[in-house]
Amino acid sequence: MLLAYKTSNCAVPDAELNAKLTGRMDEGTELSLTIAQIVQRLKGSHLHSQIERQAKECLHQPEIKLESLKEDVRSFLKTSGWERKLQNAVYRELHVQLPPSHPAAPPEHLKEPLAYMRKAQASWEKRVLKSLNSMSTELEVPLARMRPAVEQKELTNKWNEMGTDEPDLSRFRPVYAPKDFLEVLISLRNPNHDSSEDVSVRSHWGLIQVPLNVRDIPQLRRAYSELNLTTGQLGIDDHAHIHPDLFENEYVQIGKKVVVEQDSAAAQQYSRQGCPTGLRADLWALILNSTNQPQDVMHYEQLTAGVIQHDLLVDNLIYKDVKLTASNDDYYFVFEDFLYQVLLCFSRDTAVLDHFKYNSATPPKSYIQGKVGEEECAVVYPPNGVIPFHGFSMYVAPLCFLYNEPSKLYSVFREMYIRYFFRLHSISSSPSGIVSLCLQFERLLQTHLPQLFYHLRQIGAQPLRIAFKWMVRAFSGYLSTDQLLLLWDRILGYDSLEVVAVLAAAVFAFRAENLMEVTSLASAEAVLADLSTLKVMPLIQIFLFATAI
Amino acid sequence: MSGNTEDIKPVKCTIKPPFYLQIGDTKTDPAHSGVCVVDVTLPFGKPVNIEEITFKNYYTAYVTVRLLRRSPGQETPAKWCTALRDLPLMDNPHTERGSQDYYSIHRTQMQVDPDHVVSVRLILRQPSSAWLTFSLEDVKIFPHMEPDPEKEVSDWLSDLTLVGQHPDLEGLPDPHTVSSSIQQMWALTEVMQTNQTTASIGRFDVDGCYDINLLSLT
Repeated sequence: MLLAYKTSNCAVPDAELNAKLTGRMDEGTELSLTIAQIVQRLKGSHLHSQIERQAKECLHQPEIKLESLKEDVRSFLKTSGWERKLQNAVYRELHVQLPPSHPAAPPEHLKEPLAYMRKAQASWEKRVLKSLNSMSTELEVPLARMRPAVEQKELTNKWNEMGTDEPDLSRFRPVYAPKDFLEVLISLRNPNHDSSEDVSVRSHWGLIQVPLNVRDIPQLRRAYSELNLTTGQLGIDDHAHIHPDLFENEYVQIGKKVVVEQDSAAAQQYSRQGCPTGLRADLWALILNSTNQPQDVMHYEQLTAGVIQHDLLVDNLIYKDVKLTASNDDYYFVFEDFLYQVLLCFSRDTAVLDHFKYNSATPPKSYIQGKVGEEECAVVYPPNGVIPFHGFSMYVAPLCFLYNEPSKLYSVFREMYIRYFFRLHSISSSPSGIVSLCLQFERLLQTHLPQLFYHLRQIGAQPLRIAFKWMVRAFSGYLSTDQLLLLWDRILGYDSLEVVAVLAAAVFAFRAENLMEVTSLASAEAVLADLSTLKVMPLIQIFLFATAI
Repeated sequence: MSGNTEDIKPVKCTIKPPFYLQIGDTKTDPAHSGVCVVDVTLPFGKPVNIEEITFKNYYTAYVTVRLLRRSPGQETPAKWCTALRDLPLMDNPHTERGSQDYYSIHRTQMQVDPDHVVSVRLILRQPSSAWLTFSLEDVKIFPHMEPDPEKEVSDWLSDLTLVGQHPDLEGLPDPHTVSSSIQQMWALTEVMQTNQTTASIGRFDVDGCYDINLLSLT
């Protein structure tokens, strides 16, 4: 019953190259392997049982004939929309699947192929865990404990207004901030890289010293062709003084059709030119295949029960983070309660552990009741393996504008995290990983704004030190919300975070004149402090398609 | 096609240390070498028909495979030939992609038939000056296995006499019913195995307990 779905719509330009390089001459074998893996993952899922039930029930219908049973059932499933749901589920699996690899490659190689990056990630993790352990010991707060019944009842009662609580969070501090992580990335070195030459043709002025593959503007122009000057965009061609008949009206009609068709791949392609405000929630849910079926609601309720039952130290970190960031933000403070409801549940969701097979990070491990070494007592902490850092809640905040139902909001956020956001705070060689984004930003700047880069370097204002905080949060909290959502449309549409690095470079290009006048890091920061008036799509479009090569 | 390499053992071969080629006086010229030769000698007197060569890359950009083949029976001396020229392992020699990946070179990718091979020479090239060194690790050569012919049951097996049957079954259940019910159970477990779901249950605690003191640092 499984319909093979071609990967043509996935933005995976490296899959073919990878196949060629690894000498896999048999594409048929590769496709069979992919299909087998997807079938294995979808087997036993709720969708599987729903389709089975539908197939059984449709046998009562008169148009299903015994002689052509298979074809009739298949066409029934097609017309009733179940085939489309299956297609969307397969499409989603393709997004989170490991690329085909050599049989001799061990699992750690699949998480991250470069040994020195794995090592750097492992030692960074150790630092974070040590920090968490000392926080727990110093503050005498256990990492996890069962809540007494009274406390459980209290929390259940104020579940919808946790923001009114004013717990004493002064003793807690975030485990790490983005600038700590930046220092680790700056110190990343490939032991086999020859950096003996002081001045060379290849010299890189920036802070990132690892030679990852990043795309330059000619390559970006080919990859992001839908953003070119002659293609209509939301964020540019829906401006007030442009007549809507020129682009907007028709584009919105197409969007409505895409939503009616319920096609994930079409929604992803559509999103490249932006999503209309009224359709964005449905389109993003389609792209991410986030349904809000009863089983999803049930899963969310189960997580809520997990929050009520056990109190985790990371909960305090989440509270603190929300209070420090989202609650202080003019756009997001109204969503404070939602943020708790999503993030506390996120920490308890073991389904997130799946993504660690393609994430270079490893979930922290512990043993209950101090029984160190006994594997039956081994657990993951927190249950989802993700330790939040300062600013983490900003990944969720913009989504609150789109979804007001907690379980739906949760489902969309979780999918966005396991597809994109995790790459922004782990050390890996992935093209969407934060290391590649930083390097790409610096390369774009050095290649196309060398005077500016040189000037900033001379005054001790390395551009990455300013841009890093934007990129780590995918610009959440720095742009106005409508602009941020237009940016995230493209992240989803192109299935890549590259556009974040491009925007960072474009912002520097936009403010280049002012930046050339400054004489210190502090004044450079001041020039770039307020991005709330920026319009992201014109900046990206001009930087990619109007820069002289 | 190459999926059964776990069953086939690699051929025991001697991998000579990599030899880096230099131009001119090696003492005065400190430039890194860009070409390296790795000789892999197969067991003496036992030429191999190669199915696959697997290895792990370490910053080699291109690899050329040359084979020394000796035709069986004839008196002709062994001859070198090129099986594969400049296979790219890194799409950009200056950047990381592919630098530490695992690769296989299958006989169907080779330009000549890798049969009766006595020695394999891998010529590695890394034109970029970005790297301090380059090589290949874990080189393994897998022999070509002919599919097994149908084996006939040896005569001596059929000469075995059967041990006397009908032991005393008093008090024990009938062996036929036992065996058929076991067969049914086995069939059920097979069905369950094939229908196993990868969906997890979602519990993060161990029997309701999730009291944790310290995170494990190892």
